[in-house]
Amino acid sequence: MIASVVAHAFLLVFMPPLLFGVINKTKAAFAGRTGPSLFQAYYDVAKLMRKEVALSATTTGLFVVAPAATLAATLMAGLLVPLASFAAPISFAGDFVLFAYLFGLGRFFTAAAALDTGSPFEGMGAAREVGFAWLTEPAVFFAFLSLSRLSGSLSLDGMLRATERGAWLERTAPLVLLAAGIFVVLLAECSRIPVDDPNTHLELTMIHEVMVLDHSGPLLGLIEYGAALKLFVLSVLLLHVMAPTARIAGWPGFALFALGLIGLSIIIGVVESMMARLQLLHVPTLLIASILSCGFAFLLLSR
Amino acid sequence: MTSLLSSLVAALLLVNLVALGSSRIAAVIRAVAIQGVLLGAITAAAHGHLSRDVIVLVIGSIALKAWLIPVILMRALRQVALKREVEPSLGFLPSLLLGALTTALAVAGSGRLPLAETRLAPLLIPASLATVAVGFILLTTRRKAISQVLGFLVLENGIFVFGLLLVETMPFLVEAGVLLDLFVGIFVLTIIIHHINREFSSLDTRRLSLLKE
Repeated sequence: MIASVVAHAFLLVFMPPLLFGVINKTKAAFAGRTGPSLFQAYYDVAKLMRKEVALSATTTGLFVVAPAATLAATLMAGLLVPLASFAAPISFAGDFVLFAYLFGLGRFFTAAAALDTGSPFEGMGAAREVGFAWLTEPAVFFAFLSLSRLSGSLSLDGMLRATERGAWLERTAPLVLLAAGIFVVLLAECSRIPVDDPNTHLELTMIHEVMVLDHSGPLLGLIEYGAALKLFVLSVLLLHVMAPTARIAGWPGFALFALGLIGLSIIIGVVESMMARLQLLHVPTLLIASILSCGFAFLLLSR
Repeated sequence: MTSLLSSLVAALLLVNLVALGSSRIAAVIRAVAIQGVLLGAITAAAHGHLSRDVIVLVIGSIALKAWLIPVILMRALRQVALKREVEPSLGFLPSLLLGALTTALAVAGSGRLPLAETRLAPLLIPASLATVAVGFILLTTRRKAISQVLGFLVLENGIFVFGLLLVETMPFLVEAGVLLDLFVGIFVLTIIIHHINREFSSLDTRRLSLLKE
């Protein structure tokens, strides 16, 4: 028990930047470049942590607190999901609501800090982020409803580990629909292509990046690390739905799970390399499709 | 086997959503091609054992629906369409929601249909009804002739899935004949598209109902 909690914390804290490295390496391979090192995201965070903070005169204390609050909320969410066949460190009935709104809390702080700068660009970014986020929420809740229907459990831990009992083989169709829906939610929440481009620096088309323009030094480092952590937590969620990973018990399963996360990052990299970014106006269509996909899954299960 | 079949059917439903929500004609053609591959795989999975007839039918339908017809349509698109957007008369979001509504109704209502047996994945009937409905929505709410052809293809795919319920009784020749009919139909339709384009220098079918000297 203690060993598994320690392993969970270790993976949760140290693995996320690696996923960014894998995505960027995959994209570089598609473009025929060597690309940055797999560990570039670690170096970036470490570099930012050593820099000094430049604060705009209009900002208040909220601006300084927000990145840490967002990171704390995401870390907390990371403790609610189980890794491989080990139980989640924290688990109680109904914790999926907490999980969904911890991300909501993080988003609130990021958006509030963006508004705090008083820059119209950042306000626009905050409006876009929140405007798309409300469309991902129904998809997430339909997904949780379906999973809880499938497993008969109300805690995230029970829901996600239900796939180990052969449920995957009996209920393939709804799980395929759920995986597709959650994948779109992951792309939207982590501001990846086709919803948002993490590398763009054209303010008019940015969504997430525009909100963090005024952050610098350790604050920006916390935000970058938080983004990686968010990708990690949502990837864990998706991996549980996509594959019955939890059926292999113990430490081999744990290692396999980590490999699965890297595989998922490669898939994200491939999607990013093959797709163009959607027009901003078409993003809601994609997100509504993800709601419908998760909704169908619920419909199929409740028949 | 049923789990493979039902995951393929779920993928079919997802492709329906893609076809309804895509704004570029090329993307819709690609979605229809993917649907062709899925149909071939569903046929193979539904038959269970692979006899010679089944293999010929699967290869034939994949070659036709996933390769030949998309290639013909892509060529037609390159030659005639200057604007490659879909231009629906009903927006993407409403048509997506309408598609979802019909799918939900198909799932909810198919249980009450007096059909003999649903030994093959219970999802097959709702999926075929939903695909027919999506094809119908594409057929009626798109303005360009080429998108209407795509709607017709999706409609036909839905009927094909329904035909799978009769796998034991459906003779090989009938299915092969249907595929041939489909091919000839698409061939004729692309010729018509060329003619519409030459006459009006646009693919907008609303022009067909206007009076002209």
